[in-house]
Amino acid sequence: MSTESWKSARNAVVLIACLLAGWQALYWFAGEIAMRPPLATLRYTANLVTTDAFWPHLSETMRAFAIALAIAVAVGLLTGFWLGFHSLSRQVFEPMLVAIYSIPKITLYPVLLLAFGLGMPAKIAFGAIHGIIPVALFTINAVRNIKPILIKTGRVHRLGPLDMVRSILFPAALPEIFTGFRVGFSLTLIGTLLGEMFAAQRGLGYLLMTAIGLHNVDLIMAVTLLLIVFAAVVSTLLLAIDRRLHRRSV
Amino acid sequence: MSDAHVSLRDVTKVFPAANGGEGLHALGPVDLDLGKGEFFAVVGPSGCGKSTLLEVIAGLTPASAGTVEFEGWRVDADIPDGIGVVFQEDACFPWLSVEQNIAFGLRKTALAADAKQRRVRDVIDLMGLGDFAKSYPAQLSGGMRQRVCIARTLVTQPRLILLDEPFGALDQQTRLLMGDEVLRLWRQTGATVFLITHALDEATMLADRIAVMSARPGRLIDVVQTNWPRERDSRIVERAEFGAITARLWKTLREESLKTMALKGAGQAAEPA
Amino acid sequence: MSRITLYRVGVIAAAVLLLELLCYVRVIDRITMQPPHQIVRDLFVILASGKQNAAILKTLSNASIALSLAIVVGILAAVALHGYRTVRETLDPLFATYYAVPIFAFYPLLIVLFGLGDAPQIGIGFMLGVVAVIVNTLNGLDRVPRVLRKTARIQRLGTIETALKVALPCAAPYVLTGVKFAVAYSLIGIIGAEFIMSRGGMGYEISFAYNNFDNATMYPLILLILIVSISINATLSWWEKVLLARRGL
Ligand SMILES: Nc1ncnc2c1ncn2[C@@H]1O[C@H](COP(=O)(O)OP(=O)(O)OP(=O)(O)O)[C@@H](O)[C@H]1O
Ligand SMILES: [Mg+2]
Repeated sequence: MSTESWKSARNAVVLIACLLAGWQALYWFAGEIAMRPPLATLRYTANLVTTDAFWPHLSETMRAFAIALAIAVAVGLLTGFWLGFHSLSRQVFEPMLVAIYSIPKITLYPVLLLAFGLGMPAKIAFGAIHGIIPVALFTINAVRNIKPILIKTGRVHRLGPLDMVRSILFPAALPEIFTGFRVGFSLTLIGTLLGEMFAAQRGLGYLLMTAIGLHNVDLIMAVTLLLIVFAAVVSTLLLAIDRRLHRRSV
Repeated sequence: MSDAHVSLRDVTKVFPAANGGEGLHALGPVDLDLGKGEFFAVVGPSGCGKSTLLEVIAGLTPASAGTVEFEGWRVDADIPDGIGVVFQEDACFPWLSVEQNIAFGLRKTALAADAKQRRVRDVIDLMGLGDFAKSYPAQLSGGMRQRVCIARTLVTQPRLILLDEPFGALDQQTRLLMGDEVLRLWRQTGATVFLITHALDEATMLADRIAVMSARPGRLIDVVQTNWPRERDSRIVERAEFGAITARLWKTLREESLKTMALKGAGQAAEPA
Repeated sequence: MSRITLYRVGVIAAAVLLLELLCYVRVIDRITMQPPHQIVRDLFVILASGKQNAAILKTLSNASIALSLAIVVGILAAVALHGYRTVRETLDPLFATYYAVPIFAFYPLLIVLFGLGDAPQIGIGFMLGVVAVIVNTLNGLDRVPRVLRKTARIQRLGTIETALKVALPCAAPYVLTGVKFAVAYSLIGIIGAEFIMSRGGMGYEISFAYNNFDNATMYPLILLILIVSISINATLSWWEKVLLARRGL
């Protein structure tokens, strides 16, 4: 193993150990009515994932999230490329995207409920509107920041439009676009989960919301743990790829 | 302890390697004494350790071995009072106006507000920035920004001024005129000046003594005395000795520069970003 | 007015008109949404009657407390963390994961810890906002040119003075980006918490109105939140632009 990956493995272990220690300490401080210690939570979670009632929730969430992410990436990339290359549209629309990005989208859930009804479409929409804008904004930047000298080099080598995209534009913009994807991933996930919390009757978000309503501490802790582990594993992976892509570019 | 204004003994700098391997020997050993009020210039090939030498003298970087003394006190990675530095890179604060940039130097000086203001005003006029006092650095040309940095240094009235290629960004004519300006300031303030430059004619025109540095690790391989009168300006280039001194500097420097070029060819990057 | 601004106004006007039209021809029915002019009128009615003033005040003041805490703590934490590379590398995965996790899951815990008052909601708003400030401030501090830090040393500035007079002013545009995110996140935290469990505030009123099909209350309140967050964002963006223009960017 290279020193680099050894170091990040060590960092991960240290971080997890610190978080677990902090968790345990908080438990001693807050007590049984507020939370469960790590070990009890792990045990409960292990139990939870073996029950039949759990899997439909998980698969529902994953399906909604996958569709929302696909929509966010597709629409975000298209918007981003369009605005990145078309200067007038960018000047008109980019500030609007930034403004919409800054809206606390959680306030819109009743509107989405009224528009889509309770269920799958509402939470997909909620996930997608969280993810589209970061993907679009990062893509705009990526396209805009391609160095003109690279494009000129491509022209000097007499590349056709397709070759130009494949061997110059896309590789040059990729690191930044990937960062957009990484942020889009996080925000689409939280969007989908919030959609489930407020606008669904199935899924992990719904499970969490019910647990909060019933003050079922075991279930709150277990669902949160699962969500954190999933998000952490994927984000850390994406972050590593992101770093590698960025290190390559000057 | 010597009675020199600045004195370096066996000064060496080795930058430790990031992964604990063999470090990068950038400088030394260097022995050097600067007299009070002397104008001393250093020339050397790119990447030979000139900026490193300056930073060691200023106390910005501790020497790996050897000692630096300023006015009889040890300089040891602690910036002494009475030193001013103009860096190679643009060091203007982009969020402050020209005036505020220059006044920044006087933050701690125990002066009344109007006295401070007068001093700032004087330096602004001296550096010919009068029309731009309220401008922000981004609105100025590279040369004017460098003048702001010089002004910010001068306003503190330092007794030792360290200049790291301050005219690197300027065209030849402006350089010569700025050279005159620096000579005038030097005479007026009586400060000791330590100037790094890559322009041989500039060094010859300005300095009392000129040191040539070797390729990395930088050592002083030749020191040339110019014997110019204290009252002098850029017209000194017309003198016969001027050509002779420049030629002697170039003879020594050429070999060293060739060494650096060969090193670079072997994949050794020496150029700062 | 520039051509771009004209286009922008045109696009927004067209969108509003389209909504009006869709409502008018009943493609969007009245139970789903009121036409825009009606929402604006209802908003004036609500503001004039003062019925919702307590809720609006509660939400906005809680959000501004959470925001202020997030800014102060976030900047302090970033300045403290900046020098420690290993600590930062260790924390990076946490920061990268942070906004993918529903922080609201910690709301019940905060209620147990802080009681049923405003504190747990402010806690959620703070928790959501603070990481955005930390991450962006760190990003800005990383970009302070080395020569400016050297200048600070030559001018014999101490650690605190260097942070206050050189590093943070230099990083200001990035800090401002963090603050913009924190505005949105503190509002999300407060309003989301009010949706979940509270006895007042705009989030509570919105979900109460939703459950009672009271669109005349729900939509104006939503509109008000949008107006508040967009205008704060626009103000900060304008300030950011001034700072950057000063630097020729
Ligand atoms: N902080 C540092 N860490 C490691 N190596 C350094 C550091 N600063 C400088 N060096 C190395 O020390 C050598 C001398 O650098 P220095 O900046 O002193 O050269 P210079 O003579 O000023 O060059 P130039 O004329 O290009 O400004 C170079 O090889 C450089 O890469
Ligand atoms: Mg240098």
